Amino acid sequence: MPTAPAGTLYRGREGMWSWVAHRVTGVLIFFFLLVHVLDTALVRVSPEAYNAVIGTYKNPIMGLGEAGLVAAIVFHAFNGVRIMLVDFWVKGPKYQRVMLYVVLGLFLVTMAGFLPRHLGHVFGGA
Amino acid sequence: MTTIAEPRSPRVRRSGRTSTRGNFELYGWIFMRVSGVVLIVLIFGHLFVNLVQGEGINAVDFGFVAGKWASPLWQIWDLLMLWLAMIHGANGVRTIINDYAERDGVRLALKAALVASLVVVVVLGTLVIFTFDPCPPESPANLLPSFCSA
Repeated sequence: MPTAPAGTLYRGREGMWSWVAHRVTGVLIFFFLLVHVLDTALVRVSPEAYNAVIGTYKNPIMGLGEAGLVAAIVFHAFNGVRIMLVDFWVKGPKYQRVMLYVVLGLFLVTMAGFLPRHLGHVFGGA
Repeated sequence: MTTIAEPRSPRVRRSGRTSTRGNFELYGWIFMRVSGVVLIVLIFGHLFVNLVQGEGINAVDFGFVAGKWASPLWQIWDLLMLWLAMIHGANGVRTIINDYAERDGVRLALKAALVASLVVVVVLGTLVIFTFDPCPPESPANLLPSFCSA
């Protein structure tokens, strides 16, 4: 079987890097989801077991991890809409590059709304 | 020696199916898009209620989960989110395994592990939603939702 040489770029630029970011965020979210269902399943064991495990999440390090997870989800969601527009909108392929910058803009706006609120909960004060 | 058709003779159409591969990948492609749209609504709603509203992450404990699942809306919401997100995510990881795992044995082993984790997590999550007891006996009342003592 022929193997591809390592460390090559496909075509680079926005199209390829958004594809890379979509894969990386997707895998990240999937592995979180496995853990998240398992920890939530502890409600079936006992209130004490669930509260004990959730309690270990309530610290600044996990709070920052949650912020990163939400960032990954928001990017994956908005870029997913971009992918669908590339697939189904006649002008989608023509504007794929512009649409990535729209995605990044909406991402920044969403995170600017979410982060102060969430970090306020995590670090107290708000 | 095989004989080839005479030039300009009409194309020979085999009767029935010309492929044994089916449309699995097409349905997978459509599923990713349909489930993706639904998941945007479900997950953004989930994140808003659990992380943004009220006390955010600080409010999440057994009583919070029990309070939510007292409503059929959130039971169905979480059930749908569980199934769609797990199948969407597993299909995405399947694509990535197909792209990067070049040896047949490695690819097969990774996909077997993927299917196993998909089945275990979906079955476990579904059972938890449907067999959940918000007021387990012998648990201290201060850990339970307020409607247990009513």
